Amino acid sequence: MTINSAQWQPTASMENLRKRAAILAQIRAFFAERDVLEVEMPLMSQCAVSDPFLDTIETRYSDYIGAESYPLYLQTSPEYAMKRLLAAGSGAIYHLGKAFRNGESGSRRHNPEFTMLEWYRPGLDDQALMDEIADLVTSVLGIETVERCSYAEVFERFLRIDPHQASLDELVAETRKHVEIDLQDDDRDTWLNLLMSHVIEPKLAELEAVFIYDYPASQAALAKVKTDVKGQPVAARFELFVNGMELANGYHELTDAEEQKQRLLKDQQTRAQLGLPQRPLEVRLVSALEAGMPDCAGVALGVDRLVMLALGAEAIQDVIAFPVEHA
Amino acid sequence: MANYSTNQFKNGLKVMIDGEPCSMVDVEMVKPGKGQAFTRVKLKNLMSGRIWERTFKSGDSVEGADVMDTDMEYLYNDGEMWHFMDPNTYEQVAADATAVGDAHKWLKEQNTCMITLFNDNPISVTPPNFVELEVTETDPGLKGDTAQGGSKPATLQTGAIVRVPLFINQGDVLKIDTRTGEYVSRA
Repeated sequence: MTINSAQWQPTASMENLRKRAAILAQIRAFFAERDVLEVEMPLMSQCAVSDPFLDTIETRYSDYIGAESYPLYLQTSPEYAMKRLLAAGSGAIYHLGKAFRNGESGSRRHNPEFTMLEWYRPGLDDQALMDEIADLVTSVLGIETVERCSYAEVFERFLRIDPHQASLDELVAETRKHVEIDLQDDDRDTWLNLLMSHVIEPKLAELEAVFIYDYPASQAALAKVKTDVKGQPVAARFELFVNGMELANGYHELTDAEEQKQRLLKDQQTRAQLGLPQRPLEVRLVSALEAGMPDCAGVALGVDRLVMLALGAEAIQDVIAFPVEHA
Repeated sequence: MANYSTNQFKNGLKVMIDGEPCSMVDVEMVKPGKGQAFTRVKLKNLMSGRIWERTFKSGDSVEGADVMDTDMEYLYNDGEMWHFMDPNTYEQVAADATAVGDAHKWLKEQNTCMITLFNDNPISVTPPNFVELEVTETDPGLKGDTAQGGSKPATLQTGAIVRVPLFINQGDVLKIDTRTGEYVSRA
């Protein structure tokens, strides 16, 4: 990247930045009123996220100047640290701060350094947490309600296929009808993701704001796996879409330490198969779950995108003073 | 030509897709909540003008296209080909009807046009945004009607037919916006 001395000005207008500040204040007031504690989590950690499709930005730290440096990883979400706090008895907590993701730029919806609101509610499950998210989002965006549709329902509604039962071949054939891509992949989730992002998400705009819940068990990440009304194992995970843009991702959190350990190891294995970097796993999360994390639901919400939607902005660069190209 | 990886994709990048030169019109990263990222690109085929979408897996790469936009002076039409000259090198190229397309309506000798060259051959011609052309045929002008209402067709020196106000006369020179094909003013 080259530095252009003429480009010193912010990309967001001062008016947008003032409105952004007002939304941040509104979020803090929302949680203060509900007695949810604001916590600040480390941005640099000795461990990195395990998700093979998130790349952590690495920085190097020296214990004293001139000493040999070692890597610290910029957090992609405060999830691991917050769960350690929950296990230590924090009760309901939220984090409003920066998260970092490598390779996520060159888009109107991404900046590699972005503001994330993440919160955890002991005693709530995914459906109950959706109520609270709807309260926050409807008040910030000035909309009436947030609808709810299961993952299976949106696939049925917009594509007439069953995402849980359809074979790999059926998913590939369906994707090829809608998406031109040169790709061989025998992971069903890849094709489900393509259908979701290319075909369904644009149509979700019709619904204004909608929670999609009960994702395939294979896409559980750190959510509990449960059985839906049809007896299908699904992830107690949901995403919130507003005007077709993904705004939040939440779980009824996994509390089983052994299962958590297996998922971390499986991610690390996938990373090895894909030739991705092997970074230290957050083993302290497993210890925290062993000690006992309360049954809870948690969600991460992209604040820059929330501001975009509240202001009717077309691009994330319109609501961030200095996006990466100008930082 | 160099290869470009998805992280180098940007608007205006010229690449070879299925053996034909294309220009990227819109580039958007698509990243599912959980799962690998894709790059969704709106492409314009520079030969046919067709615009469509293709998705690339992150890390995929495509070959660059040897496509160059260059300003050239329009010289003449020989009945089949349109001839242009590079004002710096005096090098000449001849473009066929496919490459010239609708631009032929606005080509006036000595005007500077943008010629898109693919492997040194012209594949498209973009006229200046505004051109000044003489009216060769139109109904006689209505005196006194200088502002409001009404229009009529007028044929210009290049053969183009545009809607003009009623007061325009044969022999008038008009300023035309070539992007919309609309009359702007008298020159």
